[in-house]
Amino acid sequence: MSDRLSVLKTYKLYVGGKFPRSESGRVYEVTDSKDKWLANAPMSSRKDARDAVVAARKAFGGWSGATAYNRGQILYRVAEMLEGRREQFVAEVADAEGLSKSKAGAVVDAAIDRWVWYAGWSDKVAQIAGSANPVAGPYFNLSTPEPTGVVAVLAPQDSSFLGLVSVIAPAIVTGNTVVVTTSKKSPLPALSLGEVLATSDLPGGVVNILSGRTAELAGPLAAHQDVNAIDLAGAAGDAELATALETAAADNLKRVLRPQAVDWAADPGTERLLAFLETKTVWHPMGV
Amino acid sequence: MTFEYAPAPESRAVVDIAPSYGLFIDGEFTEAADGKVFKTVSPANEEVLSEVAQAGAQDVDRAVRAARKAFEKWSALPGAERAKYLFRIARIIQERSRELAVLESLDNGKPIRESRDSDLPLVAAHFFYYAGWADKLGHAGYGANPRPLGVAGQVIPWNFPLLMLAWKIAPALACGNTVVLKPAETTPLSALFFADICRQAGLPKGVVNILTGDGTTGAELVAHPDVNKVAFTGSTEVGKAIARTVAGTDKKLTLELGGKAANIVFDDAPVDQAVEGIVNGIFFNQGHVCCAGSRLLVQESVQDELLDALKRRMATLRVGDPLDKNTDIGAINSAEQLARIKSLAEAGEQEGAERWAPACELPDSGYWFAPTLFTGVTQAHRIAREEIFGPVLSVLTFRTPEEAVEKANNTPYGLSAGIWTEKGSRSLWMAGKLRAGIVWSNTFNKFDPASPFGGYKESGFGREGGRHGLEAYLDV
Repeated sequence: MSDRLSVLKTYKLYVGGKFPRSESGRVYEVTDSKDKWLANAPMSSRKDARDAVVAARKAFGGWSGATAYNRGQILYRVAEMLEGRREQFVAEVADAEGLSKSKAGAVVDAAIDRWVWYAGWSDKVAQIAGSANPVAGPYFNLSTPEPTGVVAVLAPQDSSFLGLVSVIAPAIVTGNTVVVTTSKKSPLPALSLGEVLATSDLPGGVVNILSGRTAELAGPLAAHQDVNAIDLAGAAGDAELATALETAAADNLKRVLRPQAVDWAADPGTERLLAFLETKTVWHPMGV
Repeated sequence: MTFEYAPAPESRAVVDIAPSYGLFIDGEFTEAADGKVFKTVSPANEEVLSEVAQAGAQDVDRAVRAARKAFEKWSALPGAERAKYLFRIARIIQERSRELAVLESLDNGKPIRESRDSDLPLVAAHFFYYAGWADKLGHAGYGANPRPLGVAGQVIPWNFPLLMLAWKIAPALACGNTVVLKPAETTPLSALFFADICRQAGLPKGVVNILTGDGTTGAELVAHPDVNKVAFTGSTEVGKAIARTVAGTDKKLTLELGGKAANIVFDDAPVDQAVEGIVNGIFFNQGHVCCAGSRLLVQESVQDELLDALKRRMATLRVGDPLDKNTDIGAINSAEQLARIKSLAEAGEQEGAERWAPACELPDSGYWFAPTLFTGVTQAHRIAREEIFGPVLSVLTFRTPEEAVEKANNTPYGLSAGIWTEKGSRSLWMAGKLRAGIVWSNTFNKFDPASPFGGYKESGFGREGGRHGLEAYLDV
């Protein structure tokens, strides 16, 4: 056993491609499953949430305008970078969720594989969700999916990493930008994911990560007039909160993905991919 | 010399309107539990056409229970059998289309030319289109064996009463749902005639239920705990209230709400075609169209030429008797809507925009508004921001394509947009940049059952029409 004292990490938020502390100056104590202190995490404020929305909106034009091929490459790059830092995430997930090394390893592997699965969807989703429409007239008529815009995502409380990845990746692969609130109890894998995203060619602002009290952050996000959609996964089990958020979301007719029981380890299907898409239909006359 | 048009009225004799109608519940016409009724009038001359029942909470409950009971058998029918019912309905609509067109023009005030040539063919086409899906749902991309949701509560507006009914009922039935539909308060008659078509088609009792009434009836229906799916077309304000009502429930919701579409004309657009498109975009159905092209964005260099041509064209529009086959612009649907149009037009003048309308004589009785143009409109003006839902066009200008995109997207709505340019690459670039669910390029206000329709942002969510329209009525 060496006498060397290890260097602890100061966990920070990930907003607009940068790593700010919470503007509130607040932190809270994060412990492992045996109540051992792990780190202090930033306790984000509503101002942090607003800043994150500004960053996400700013990034939307570039990210949604990037080619699907390019977005797929970048999601795959995230998987590459995670693979290289696998051990770190295995340790963090084991601590966060009280799992054995081997079980945590399986979770991290599944999360990496999920990035790869969604990466492959980038240039295919338009082909399964779009259509050429045979209208009764001399018109070229085509429907294509487009991203909804800025999506607020409440990451699941119980699955600090696989659940987190499972809600972020489908939202961004189609060109949305997201503001994600981490699991309240286990934010550290999420905050570390920010470091991976920052080194994965993902433009700053496409994913913005906030740790803190879900209920405190979710309210302003659900009511925010410049947020276009909200994924309530992190409000599962709190019907009162979920209803309040859905009610607030009605003010600007946000698209709402209601909380439901999800087995994050199972095949995710396309539901989350399609939940944050709009269909645009373009008409043009045909003739000579 | 100019030749005057002689009156060319369509005959009213083809439609037989009863003095009163009940609610259509479980295959029977029945009075409202509390006996309440209201009158429906022709907006063209304020003549009372009929008296219909006002459904209350008890009636809503009765209709939902009838739909629930019918759901069991209807959803268990083989898709091919459901398809045949829908084909029958489509055929009967075709057979009775003249009658229905006259009825629609009487109750709604829209020109017979539009109800006859636009609404009714589309109504029949919607039933034909979705009939064909009923036995092919496994191929629609929603899984191998997609299931219906149950009872659909549907609330529709007054601008296209029968067409909106078709948009709602055809996909719902094709997917195996049963429905309780509430038509708008000012235009209940064609839905009640549709109930008779269901009878003629032999549709099982309770599969389609029609509840006439006002907003309170709609609110009761939306809030009913045994409704599985809510579909609404109407104002954004009511849409938001409905979204709040269904929050925290497991009701599936689709909303088709308001719009403030930009119709963008570039300097290389063919002027005459663009003018026709602008006129069709804003004056079709008296401008009572959620996707109406109510903001004309014209490139500065062609503003004068385009506006001259547009004014010349507007001067030829014929306003008057909806049943006259030569009428272009009929009556405003209600006194309430007329008051709203007038108040917004006045706000336009007060805020400094310049108002113009061609000289035209309006009938003495009924609700009328002349086709109107505002120039010198800025983005801050109410007439550029709020949905007027009437024959009022606001003209703004732009210099560059980027500016056009920015102005077009500068609205909480995102339903539709128009682009007029001969340059294909520019048209496709613009179509990509516009945040709207429907983009008409070198055309406007085209609809087809095969083509998905619906908005971005505060114009609502969900799509109607096409394969996409099935999703709203399936458990996916």
